[in-house]
Amino acid sequence: MATGAAPDRPTPDGDTDAWWDALRQHRLMFNRCQVCQRPSLYVRAFCPHCWSTDVILEQASGHGLLYTWSVVHQNAPPFADRVPYVAAIVDLIEGLRLMTIIEDCPATELRDGLPVFVAFTDLPDGLTVPVFRPSS
Amino acid sequence: MASRRVAIVGAALSDCGRVPDKTAVGLMAQASRRAVEDAGLTKDAVEGFGSHGALQPPIEVAENLGLRPSWVDSTNVGGSSWEVMAQHAAAAIAAGEIDVALLTYGSTARSDVKRQIRGSTAAMPTAGAMQFEAPYGHTLVAKYAMVARRHMIEFGTTADQLAEVAVAAHEWAAMNELAFDRERLSVADVAAAPMVADPFTAKHICLRTDGGGAVVLAAEDIARDCAKEPVWVLGAAGAASHVSMSQWSDFTTSAAARSGPEAFARAGVTPADIDVCQLYDSFTSTVLLILEDLGFCAKGEGGALIETGVLRPGGALPTNTDGGGLASCHPGMRGMFLLVEAVRQLRGECGERQVLDAELACVSAMGGFFSHSATMILGRH
Repeated sequence: MATGAAPDRPTPDGDTDAWWDALRQHRLMFNRCQVCQRPSLYVRAFCPHCWSTDVILEQASGHGLLYTWSVVHQNAPPFADRVPYVAAIVDLIEGLRLMTIIEDCPATELRDGLPVFVAFTDLPDGLTVPVFRPSS
Repeated sequence: MASRRVAIVGAALSDCGRVPDKTAVGLMAQASRRAVEDAGLTKDAVEGFGSHGALQPPIEVAENLGLRPSWVDSTNVGGSSWEVMAQHAAAAIAAGEIDVALLTYGSTARSDVKRQIRGSTAAMPTAGAMQFEAPYGHTLVAKYAMVARRHMIEFGTTADQLAEVAVAAHEWAAMNELAFDRERLSVADVAAAPMVADPFTAKHICLRTDGGGAVVLAAEDIARDCAKEPVWVLGAAGAASHVSMSQWSDFTTSAAARSGPEAFARAGVTPADIDVCQLYDSFTSTVLLILEDLGFCAKGEGGALIETGVLRPGGALPTNTDGGGLASCHPGMRGMFLLVEAVRQLRGECGERQVLDAELACVSAMGGFFSHSATMILGRH
């Protein structure tokens, strides 16, 4: 389990461990409410729409569309070594929004609605982070 | 229920800019003493007190000032916190719970970086909701830049239109001897500055200064006997949105679209009635969304409106008349400075930068990452 001590290392908790565990298997999940049927992210122990606690993790298709982005040119460590990188908001086709980064895409090819597909970055400490790349 | 009118009767800044010899609490205490003196009151009149602070906020700061308030507030929704506290204080005064409230803010954000007490970027938590953002390095600048990008996508807004927000702020700062950066800028200067998070160069981003301020609110019977002309709280409203950018459904519309219309309705005025604006300018895109969301123009038309120079001295919508966070003062949370400058404009105290015949002011603050909006309408009558 990550300690969360570093600024780029997420700190999972009892409500989110299963979501991060699935990522280690390279599966991107979201919560599906068994009462109102609506999907939700980030994962919580209940549905934020209707407050039902009857939620089940469901695997996302991995397909999404680029909603907005910013090419980051300045940041403090540990991100300083990564600039420039593409901070982005991606909308999954399931109707869910994620903060992420776009990899393997020149800045000139970034555009509204760019189709992207999930990829998985395995961190040295055992956590896996979902990132996105152009679909084709 | 709200039986008494409420006014801002005292307003003051602490030392601002570079203040390496003071602490945040020291700046809050200095601003507080100045604001109470500005009102012509004494500390014994202060029953309500609001501030942030390290230990059991706001009690550590109240204790420093020798106050034992019966009413306290330390709402923290980011930079709009002081508009929220002012709304709360006005409600408590209107209801007769207290007669006088003092609100203060102070930060040594600039000197703390110089002394390496804090880093140059805000340290974000990696737990809770932020566990889903921590891996990616979405800086505060990038979050506001992504808002600008989305506005460009949907409405064709340009970086040069946004740059005019900074140009106008620097025009005002040139007339404010207390402003941190009094050098005039052109749109081309903004574009030529170092790129920080595309499309934002460094000149789309607020300053990092030291500074503080304080305001005193009082019931109308006290306000009429104070040293300065009362500035009446005519309407106030707030609205919370999100802390996680993933939980914001439309990056072109902020919570100001809820706080603004409500504040105007409570004041019984419209944007067309406003003489002077103090709109939170943490970034150029903050002003863009606030202008549209408050109804100064239709959604999507903010870029075209800004481009005409309305925000500048002599423009139809004089905005951020002290130079704003982009050119005058921004120690991390700017809401207090909006209130102080609005009061000074309505009192006619602004010298060269005074907006003629300013009777009605609109203050609108934005906290966090478009997380919270608070709007307040102030007037001379």
